[in-house]
Amino acid sequence: MSFFAYPFMVHALEAGTIVAVMAAVTGWFVVLRRQTFAGHALSVMSFPGASGAALAGLPLPLGYFAACGIAAAAIAAGSRTDNRRNLAQESAVIGAVQVTGFALGFLFLSLYGGILENLENLLFGSFLGITATQVDVLAGVAVCALAFFAVVGRPLLFSSIDDLVARAGGVPVRALEIAFLLVLGLAVASTAQITGVLLVFALLVAPAAAAQQLTSSIAGGIGLSVAIGLLVTWTGLLLSYYTDYSVGFYVTTLAFAVYLAARLFRRLVRS
Amino acid sequence: MLSQDFIRLALLAGTPIALASGAIGYFVVLRGQVFAGDTLSHVSFTGALAAAAAGVDLRFGLFAATVVVALLLALLGDRAASDDVAIGTTLAWVLGLGAFFLDLFNRSSRGGNGVIAARTLFGSIFGLSGGQARLAAVIGVALFVIMLAIARPLLCATIDSKVAAAQGLPVTALGAGFLVLVGVDAAEATQVVGALLMLGLIAVPAGAAARLTASPYLALTLSSVFAIASLWLGVVLAYVIPSFPPSSAIIGVAAVIYALSFAAASVTARWPCWPRGARPSTSPGSAG
Repeated sequence: MSFFAYPFMVHALEAGTIVAVMAAVTGWFVVLRRQTFAGHALSVMSFPGASGAALAGLPLPLGYFAACGIAAAAIAAGSRTDNRRNLAQESAVIGAVQVTGFALGFLFLSLYGGILENLENLLFGSFLGITATQVDVLAGVAVCALAFFAVVGRPLLFSSIDDLVARAGGVPVRALEIAFLLVLGLAVASTAQITGVLLVFALLVAPAAAAQQLTSSIAGGIGLSVAIGLLVTWTGLLLSYYTDYSVGFYVTTLAFAVYLAARLFRRLVRS
Repeated sequence: MLSQDFIRLALLAGTPIALASGAIGYFVVLRGQVFAGDTLSHVSFTGALAAAAAGVDLRFGLFAATVVVALLLALLGDRAASDDVAIGTTLAWVLGLGAFFLDLFNRSSRGGNGVIAARTLFGSIFGLSGGQARLAAVIGVALFVIMLAIARPLLCATIDSKVAAAQGLPVTALGAGFLVLVGVDAAEATQVVGALLMLGLIAVPAGAAARLTASPYLALTLSSVFAIASLWLGVVLAYVIPSFPPSSAIIGVAAVIYALSFAAASVTARWPCWPRGARPSTSPGSAG
């Protein structure tokens, strides 16, 4: 039986494709800037966002975006000392923001009362309940995110590679950093609605990390990252459809396998 | 409140774990390994669910999973440059495995209502049995003693690994051993505050301490004090306000301490009350 006959599978494929492309492009910058942990913390923020919105009776997407925006601002504000990136302090700030988010989310859930029912879907996602409206919203967010990278991609790349020289060259490094974190928050917030809070991350980091192992070219790296993301998402959805285990498991396992293969390949080529 | 059994058990188990987490956490922050600690805490979730799906003791799954992944991280992250990406992809995969075991478990006859998942993720410090609490206390004290024993060489290896290696310190083995300590601590703390919140006891008090002082031993002490204070205040809060989950209360207190440390650091930066040379730096951990 072909799975294209089911509307929910078609929606899942559409959403998966949009998410894979957006996450792969954003993730390429995340990996380059070594902000993997920030990406993880921001993706986690959808959990307090969703449970807080449920508690307050607001629409869920509003909660997702608000929580991610606040967290992005907090990370950007706390991660600099003497106007420089300080990796040790930055990781402590991100950890604190993330764990506070989890604690708040758990508090909201207990106050809301529905502790156990939705927890699994919230954390691990479900590709199967995606509506046509959600696909449209996702497409809108993806277009915005990709437009952002098209416009500021060059200066962002410059400041990611050499912060000091970029600053000397007149690039607004700090503003770019904050803007990038906000776009990252936007991208993961929309992705998390579909893949679940804990698994956004596989699509964000693993394809880009594998691509950067294989090529140092910029356009090639981003293209390869998108290709790996799409491949992993589609294969994961198909496997999940035919074997009935969760999409998240397949997507993360495939992505990890691709990353390991890329590392191995690079080591072989070098020697 | 102290006449209640569950409160006494919570404090008995929680205090040594907070003590050890504070001390270990200081090095985690100093070495810039908060992300690795975070990964280990998520790993404990996968380990517990795997054990639940296989029908063996949860604690076996917790400890086995965290120790194995700690060694794997030490192996993968051999060069500092590829650290956070290697950790990130491992983390994503481990969480995916967790989802898989959750599936398996929910399908088996034992599963169904998600209680194990929720308890593992968010902990249940008020639901500990006497045996669990005593074991947690013993492990907490043991971790703290080991941490103090390796504190000096580890500090040396953290601040300048090349000099430490030249002096004959086993830098790689120290790093791997330290990650295993973090793993054991994560497995134990998971039972108290839960897999998702355990980072709150490790990174948050230590982050506050590292902001306040550059002196290592003072920071280590402060970090443990903050961790224990968060635990106690959190337990009291959760006891007084029953709708407040204890894990959230503990992390909430820790987060407030962290926010205060930012304020304190900016106050001392503006009005230093000691001579310029002795002023504590606000960026102690740039070696990580």
